[in-house]
This record gives sequence, C-alpha cells and structure tokens, in this order.
Amino acid sequence: MIHVLILTVIGVLLALAIGLVAKYFGAEQDPRSDQLLELLPGANCGGCGFAGCADYVKAMLEGRAKPGCCPGMSAASLAKASSILGVEAEEHERKVAVVCCRGDESVAVNRAFYNGVTDCVNAVMVANGGKACTFGCLGLGTCARVCPFGAIEITDKHLAVVHPELCRGCNKCVEVCPRHIIKLVPAKASVHVLCSSPESFKIKKGVCSAACIGCHKCAKAAKEGQITFNGFLACINYANPPEAEVADVCPVHVIKKSE
Amino acid sequence: MFNQLHFYGGVHPAEGKVAHASPIATPPILESYTVPCAQHIGAPAQPVVQKGDKVLKGQLLAKPNGFVSAPVHSPTSGEVVELTTCLGPMGNQIPAIIIKSDGEDKVAEPMPLLDPANSAPDELKQRVGDAGIVGMGGASFPTLVKLSPPPNKPIDTLILNGVECEPCLTADHRLMLENPDAILAGARACATILGVKKVMLGIEANKPDAVALMTERAAKFDIEVHQLKVRYPQGAEKQLIYALTGRVVPSGGLPMDVKCVVQNVGTAAAIGEAVTLGKPLYERVTTVTGTPVVNPGNWRFRVGTFYREAIRLSGGVKDDVRKIISGGPMMGLSVCSLDIPVMKNTSGILLLSESEIVQYEPHPCIRCGRCNDNCPMGMMPGILSEQIENMRYDLAEEWHVMDCIECGCCSFGCPAHRPLVQHMKRAKAVVVAKRKAAAAKKPKA
Repeated sequence: MIHVLILTVIGVLLALAIGLVAKYFGAEQDPRSDQLLELLPGANCGGCGFAGCADYVKAMLEGRAKPGCCPGMSAASLAKASSILGVEAEEHERKVAVVCCRGDESVAVNRAFYNGVTDCVNAVMVANGGKACTFGCLGLGTCARVCPFGAIEITDKHLAVVHPELCRGCNKCVEVCPRHIIKLVPAKASVHVLCSSPESFKIKKGVCSAACIGCHKCAKAAKEGQITFNGFLACINYANPPEAEVADVCPVHVIKKSE
Repeated sequence: MFNQLHFYGGVHPAEGKVAHASPIATPPILESYTVPCAQHIGAPAQPVVQKGDKVLKGQLLAKPNGFVSAPVHSPTSGEVVELTTCLGPMGNQIPAIIIKSDGEDKVAEPMPLLDPANSAPDELKQRVGDAGIVGMGGASFPTLVKLSPPPNKPIDTLILNGVECEPCLTADHRLMLENPDAILAGARACATILGVKKVMLGIEANKPDAVALMTERAAKFDIEVHQLKVRYPQGAEKQLIYALTGRVVPSGGLPMDVKCVVQNVGTAAAIGEAVTLGKPLYERVTTVTGTPVVNPGNWRFRVGTFYREAIRLSGGVKDDVRKIISGGPMMGLSVCSLDIPVMKNTSGILLLSESEIVQYEPHPCIRCGRCNDNCPMGMMPGILSEQIENMRYDLAEEWHVMDCIECGCCSFGCPAHRPLVQHMKRAKAVVVAKRKAAAAKKPKA
C-alpha cells in the first residue's frame, strides 16, 4: 500500500513540475504556425526550397518566403494561408508532372536484355539501358520511388504513368529521371505529346511504334504557335495551349487528352 | 614469394588468361573503318576532313577541342565516306568518321623523330599531344594533361603499370614480351618530360616471363622492375602507388598529390612509337577472349574496327553468346551491340556464354563485413549500399562514396549477392550531377 502511495506522490510532484516549467519557461510559439502547417501538404517534399513543411512555415512567419512557394498547395489553401499571414493572395497555377513517353513493352523495341539493379539510373549506366529508344521510359520506377505523394504508377508493361489528381507538382521525379522525359506542365493544359524523341522518323519507327512521327497534322489543326517542332517531335506550347481536339487528328495517337 | 609488394584488401578472381601465349597478330586491312571522334574523356575532337577527302594512314582526321581532348588520326589510307555518328560502348551515339580504305595503306609523312632522353621536354610533350595519346588502360584520359602537372605539384616518381590485374586480358602482357623497347622509350620520354629520375615498373607475379624480360632490358636505363602479388585490383592507380612507394593518395586526391604519375605500359609503348618512329596513335593491342570465341587471341587492331570484325577474325563464336563486354570481366562495360568500334581504350573484347551468366537474387545484408575487408579503398560498401537504397545520397557523400574506384571487389565477395558496386556507381552519378548543378547555380547568385 505504501508503495502505491509513494509512487502517486512522486507522480503528482513531477506533473506539477512539468506544468510549472511549461508555463514559465515555455518557448513562445506563433499561434499561426499550426494553422499554416495544416494547410500544407505535409509530405516534406522540399519543392518549396526549404527543408520540409515546418521549415517553410518558419520561413513564411519570419517573412523570408511567400506563401506561393509550395507547389502542392491548393488554391483555397493558398488563399487561406495568405489571409493568415496578412499578405495579398498570389496567382497560383497548379502544375502536374507528365511522363512524355508511351512506349511500353508492347510497342517499344528492346535492343538488349537488362537484368541489373532495378533502377533507371543504374540501367542508364549499363549500355544506356535496354530500350532501343534513348528517349524512352525505362519503367524501372526511380520516379515512383521518389514521389512523396504516390502519384506515379509503373504499369505492368513497364511504363511510368503520373496520376494527375494525386500529383502536387513537387518536381522530384523531374529531377531524378535519367532520361529527362518527365515534364512539369500546367494542370489546366488539355493535351500532351507523349513522346520525347526528336530523332528522325526512320530511327524512331525502327525502335517504337508509338512514337511521334512528326507529320505536322496537329500543327495544322491547331492555331499558329500552339504546337512547335523540335526535329521530328511535336511540342505543345504550354504558354498558349491548343484545344483538346488536336488530339483527334493525330494518326499515331501520341497526343493525349488530360483526364 | 613472401616479400611481394601488395596493398590492403582486394580479391583473387579466376585469372582466365587463356590468350597469354598467343602472339599479337596483325589483322588484314578492312574495307572500312568507323573512327569515333570521342575516344577520350573530355570534349570530342573536331573533324578537319570533309566527305570525299582522300586521307593517308596516320593523317589527322579531327583536332582536339580544348585542353582536355585529343586528336584522332586515320587508321589507313582511303577516302572519307561520311561524317556521321556511331554507337559507343556506353550505348550512346558518338560522332564518327567513316574511312573507306583503298587497300594501299599508304603512310603519311611521319612526324620528325625525337630522342626520348635528349630532346627538349616541351618538344616531347607537344608530340604526346599531337600523336593523340590517351590512357590506354581503360580510362582514356588524355596523356598530355596527365604529363602537365601544375607547378605547385612536384613529381618525383614515374610509375609504369604493367600489372594487368583484370582477369582474362593479356594485351599488356603480350606487349611487354613483344615490344619492350617501345615501352622503355616511352617511359624515358615521360621521365624527361616530368624531369624525374626514379622510374618504376610494376608487374604482377603471374607474368614471370615479362618480369624477366623487362628486368633485363630495363637494367641499362636504371628503371626498377618490381614483381607484385597477384591480387585484384593491383593495377588500380592508387593501389599500385601504395604497393610500390608506400604513399597513400589522399581522399579525393590524384597521384600527383603524392608526387607520382602512373602510366599504363600500353600508353608508354604508344608514346615510345610516337617519339622514336613519329607514329600517331591509330592502333592498339586488344585481347579477344571468352569461352564462346573459337580462337582467343591478341590483335593489333586499328581504331574503328568493329567488334563484329574482331570476333570474325578470331574465328567466330561456337557457343550461345549472352553477354558482350568491352574490357575485362571485373570493370568492363557490358555493351548492347557488336557494331561498336575498337577505340584507343579498348583493352579487350570479352564474350560470355549462357552458362557463365549467373543471375543471383540479392538478399538482405548479413553483416559479415566481407565487403569491408575486400574494399581496397578502405570503405564500407555494406553500409553505403543501405544508405543509397534509401536514397540518402547526402549521407553516402559524407561516407566518402566518391572515393570508390568501382573495382567490384565488394560485390564479388558478397555472400548475400548484393549489388554493392552498382549502388556505389549510382550514388557517384547522383553526387556528380548534384555537384554540377550546384556549380552551375553559383555564378548566378
């Protein structure tokens, strides 16, 4: 019985001590920081340029950063954050990543059998990967592994596909892709060209049946300057994007409408 | 036997040097040669010939483009058919010049002859650059740059690398037996350029005939020949320096930081020929080997000879080939095609058959520490690989991943079959990219 009593007394004394210390020695915390932290995605992706969400909140409160730096914030959250901080709300354009390749196993030719480490960066160091197209997605999932939001899926035919509704546009996959075929584009753009190879029609047809053939049909269907060409590759001008209908004229279906 | 020089760590893979007794053969002149302009580390050479030009053997085809670059010379006489691109061993397209040979093999006027011991150092250095000589052990670093240490880095020792620790390859071994005088002439020219007195030649103990011959020939030039323990990677620059001089190259440093310059014997022979014969570098000794090859052997291939031709000349293949490696089995590059030309750094072409390719499933690390024991750089590949698997490249950089020489001893010995050296290579690529990006950002800020 006495043991229980002693423990209880110690417990009460320690609780009091903790309470007093918290009250008189506690660090002042800005009440806004918790509110701001709740508005951020909380993935600590580093897309804002700071070491995680908490660091970014600290920077915002100290006036070192503006609320618009986070690529993953929704427009509503951004407006709320701006009002909490008492600054003017900025124009916020949501961006998403898109893998500019649709050459999965069923359409792209392999020139070698790669059986090394399952990572695109490794594959590129061994004879530039097994895929014959040097602009093609290797599908070994380096981008999917770095994505903090789980927005990239590797299909069973070894092709990376971004789910735009999950993507917050943090740029991590763009940086890590050794083929440099992932692009960050405005989410409101209606069409994308799913090919990255500017090589000649002859070379491309030999390695992939899903490649852009550079026929210029889409450019004719779109308005002047909406689609430009880099070699044999159609490029969407995202500053002045074409209507979704241009996708219908593509004979190889390499132009894809956004979901 | 017991006082052989060696280094810390390393492994002893099966040697497989089946072609060690076959003399260097000279292939017939081929119909055409595809000469790559990027046969060295650094900027690709700039072509100085045009389509339709007639060229002679040894004539300049492309001039160096910057300091870290090297010129390229024609392997035969004939006509320039096309300036195009070809597949390189890294699997990328590299600029190349196709020469259609006229079969006459007319030689261009050789460069004036020099004396390796008495010519002016600057003149000899100029010649090394003009002859397009690059490191022929595999790295293909322009030799002129290696022989031009900054004035604040004095050099007191020249080391010749005749180790050839890579299994299966015998090119350097045959070269030492058949052309020792060119190697010694090149060594003396390098010594004159660097102004060093002490020249050492290291040869692995599994080549006693080369040790005996080189010792005999080198005696009158005061070049020391040392027999080294058979241990891979004895021929790695830093390990060789340690074995011969006891000096340790600091982390992130170069041999010049410990007053040494290391040259491969193949490079030395090329320098010797450039100096004493006025001949630019357009051919090299390459081993074609592997169980599927009918007649494994050593050849003096001209640059621009396709691997396909090299294998055809070696009698073709008798087995199902599953892997083609440019270089040796430990550090060579697996290539994806036979339409890749022999370059200045192609020390070997190795074919492996179906039965020799074993694909292991990697397992978790069992903490045996064998990779640490094997690592000749004293690193901890097991721990590093875990950091890298978790994408902690920053930690890997702190743990000196950039000191990895990619010798593969860690993976070779790993009982859990972990792809350790592959992880290290990846981390090195990522760290290099990060450093480049940081360097590109700096001037803007």
